[in-house]
Amino acid sequence: MLKKDLGLLLLILVVGAVVAFLNPRFLSGINLANTANLVGLFGLFSLGEGFVIITGGIDLSVGSIFALLGVIFINLLVAYGLPWPVAVLLIIMAGVILGLIHGLLVTRVRMQPFVVTLCGLLIYRGVARWYTDDGTAGFEFGQSFPTLERLTTGRSFAVEGGFVGIPNSFIAFVVVALIMGVVLHRSVFGRYLFAVGKNEEAARYSGIRTRAIVTAAYVISGGLAGISAIYLAMYTRSISPASHGNFYELYAIAAAVLGGCSLRGGEGSVLGIVLGAILLQVLQNLVNLLGIPSSLNFAVMGGVILVGVIADMQLVRYRAFKANERKRAGIVALGAATQGE
Amino acid sequence: MSEDAAPFLELNGISKTYPGVVALDGVSLSVCRGEIVGLIGENGAGKSTLMKVLGGVVEPTAGTIRVDGRDRAAFSVNDAITSGIAFVHQELNLFDNLDVGANVLIGREPLYGGPLRLIDRKAIKRKVQPLLDRLGADFTPDTPVAELSLAQQQLLEIAKALSLDARLVIMDEPTSSLTLTETERLLTVLHELRRDGVSIIFISHRLNEVKACADRVVVLRDGRVVGALDGERIKPEAMIRLMIGRDLKSLYIPPKTAPGAPVLEIEDFRTSAFPDHPVSLTLRRGEILGLAGLIGAGRTELACAAFGIDRPLSGTLRIDGKAAAIAEPRDAIARGLYLVPEDRKRAGLHLEFSLTENISLPDLKSYATGSLISPIAEAGNAEAQRQRLNIKAYDVATEAGTLSGGNQQKIVLAKWLSMKPRVIIFDEPTRGIDVGAKSEIYALMRALADAGVAVLMISSDMEEVIGVSDRMAVMHEGTISGFLERDRFSEHNVLQLAVGKTLN
Repeated sequence: MLKKDLGLLLLILVVGAVVAFLNPRFLSGINLANTANLVGLFGLFSLGEGFVIITGGIDLSVGSIFALLGVIFINLLVAYGLPWPVAVLLIIMAGVILGLIHGLLVTRVRMQPFVVTLCGLLIYRGVARWYTDDGTAGFEFGQSFPTLERLTTGRSFAVEGGFVGIPNSFIAFVVVALIMGVVLHRSVFGRYLFAVGKNEEAARYSGIRTRAIVTAAYVISGGLAGISAIYLAMYTRSISPASHGNFYELYAIAAAVLGGCSLRGGEGSVLGIVLGAILLQVLQNLVNLLGIPSSLNFAVMGGVILVGVIADMQLVRYRAFKANERKRAGIVALGAATQGE
Repeated sequence: MSEDAAPFLELNGISKTYPGVVALDGVSLSVCRGEIVGLIGENGAGKSTLMKVLGGVVEPTAGTIRVDGRDRAAFSVNDAITSGIAFVHQELNLFDNLDVGANVLIGREPLYGGPLRLIDRKAIKRKVQPLLDRLGADFTPDTPVAELSLAQQQLLEIAKALSLDARLVIMDEPTSSLTLTETERLLTVLHELRRDGVSIIFISHRLNEVKACADRVVVLRDGRVVGALDGERIKPEAMIRLMIGRDLKSLYIPPKTAPGAPVLEIEDFRTSAFPDHPVSLTLRRGEILGLAGLIGAGRTELACAAFGIDRPLSGTLRIDGKAAAIAEPRDAIARGLYLVPEDRKRAGLHLEFSLTENISLPDLKSYATGSLISPIAEAGNAEAQRQRLNIKAYDVATEAGTLSGGNQQKIVLAKWLSMKPRVIIFDEPTRGIDVGAKSEIYALMRALADAGVAVLMISSDMEEVIGVSDRMAVMHEGTISGFLERDRFSEHNVLQLAVGKTLN
């Protein structure tokens, strides 16, 4: 675990302790379960965003993807009556295809990631609203999908009258995070991702297919956005495409940045993104529990990120200073060692 | 020449030493008003250090500078500008997103509107147009720089110098990217400036141009002035004779075996830098082929085309007699053709990566089971390479960027040595590297060649290219002007070919 992640974990614990002290309901089973559910929902697509940011790019389109794929998903179930596993697969596929388009525009047409995904943000939102005539898409009365609902909005390990259970969305998030952690930090692809993000030129000189690697990051982001679209649709059960998922891409970027991803690329960790996503939801929860006007929600989030990043930069500078001192000591030691030979 | 013969600039006994290196050794040089002085010397002779002294960027260790008859004790960048010394650099320092007028007066824009500080565009035109007229420029102050040719940009740099009331213009390889007619135009402009009493120091490798424009030529070698020529005595042969003749240390390690069959055959490669000049080259098993030439002769472009960085416009490449289609570096790497690039920090390394991560990067899959990297295998190989190449680092987890240039270069080598090289192209392998690491790298190249690898070494360092190569190809403006066997290696021959002359 990096020191950066440790600091973030500490911050979460401190904020949690303060909130728990001021309002003991924070630690109640049902509040923790609700918070965990939100962490799961928001964390899923934050992981994909993190991958894109590590390549030095950005994905602004995820919030609009939730609106577009959400209304299509509901329509597939309601109007076309497709079996839900088929609908789920189609939606994930759609997310992957959108990500692929973003990736190809970035790597082949050489457009800037910000521009590509900003256009995506506008286009998908617009199409979603047109598709539903700006109306709300929802399930019909009495329509239910027990298995799908249990997988998305249900909880596991609940004990009658005791433990409230762990939200399945959170479990899904943890499973995906574990997989992504292995991919990013242990696999060849993950190493390539860092190599491309840090120095694309040197990566190419080492024989890495840099364009394929960057494209893959957008595909992963799109695919996770597709999965998230289903979770969010099942969570809200009705979607008004003008507002569904608004600003969610910013939650994802915030979680990634809090978690140590540099917008210049080449830096970040899955654990960091997970902790970033947790911190954001704890802050949301804090606003609710401490009776802070919910209109201040974003202001609290922004403030904490600002302070967090400034503190982190100071810490990095301090550590660089220390490392420099160590290095100087090391050179002296090395010099003494070679002289001794 | 003007009647007022008192020199505008007098350098007396200028020396500059860096730890372990004497860059300038008691250089004296004077430039009269309205005189064009050609300054020549091989790469590394001390020309650029001398120019940095004149620009006030480098403080000499000893010696005096007199400008306009006044002694200048400490000569700063500001002193250089106020005493009328201006530079026109080889790499142009222009803002290509702005227009000509804005570039000439950048930082000194005429303003109006009081506290609003608005830029007075009309005043810019008024000030810049006469300068352009004086130079006979065929563009106006509001032409965007992006639309100018290199020659026009060169003129713009001169206009900028004139706008600063420059009395001494120092031009560093001004013609290196100009066509023949553009060069002639520039030389005419220089003669007109001379008539107006402006002094010029003209640094160039193109001896014919030096001959065409200089009143006097000063030759530097190993940080010393080794001779001067004037008037009729300025002839390419005479200049070459003065430029060479230093004692070259013998670096040569003879090969253990005679060179074998051709490994790399490049046939009729045309690169986008020199689309009209096809290049052919054969590299044999077990030999070190030096690729000499002046900077900008097209050697790096050739290497990049062979390695798949830039696709050649045409031509074929064969490895071990089999045609190889190389569209990307990975295609070259798959066939055992590796490149140690010129720009180590940009293309050779990930400075923030550890030794281990750098060394395993091109061959990561062989340290992985499935697609999961084995940290033990990876670090084990890195450690082996660290010991083999004597990389001075605390351990293999050390960040590459914290090491010295020589050790960084060894990491780049370790990347390729961990694999199965057939051909390695070294592009300026020892640039910015200390002497100790240099000889280690030479020994390593020889060991590679003896092990059957074909080595192509691009080098602008005369001592290196003569001392290390078994055979040499010399490039001049995109073409190979000649091949040399070891018995014909000499600075004289290399330089002749590098400036485009033929050997008799």
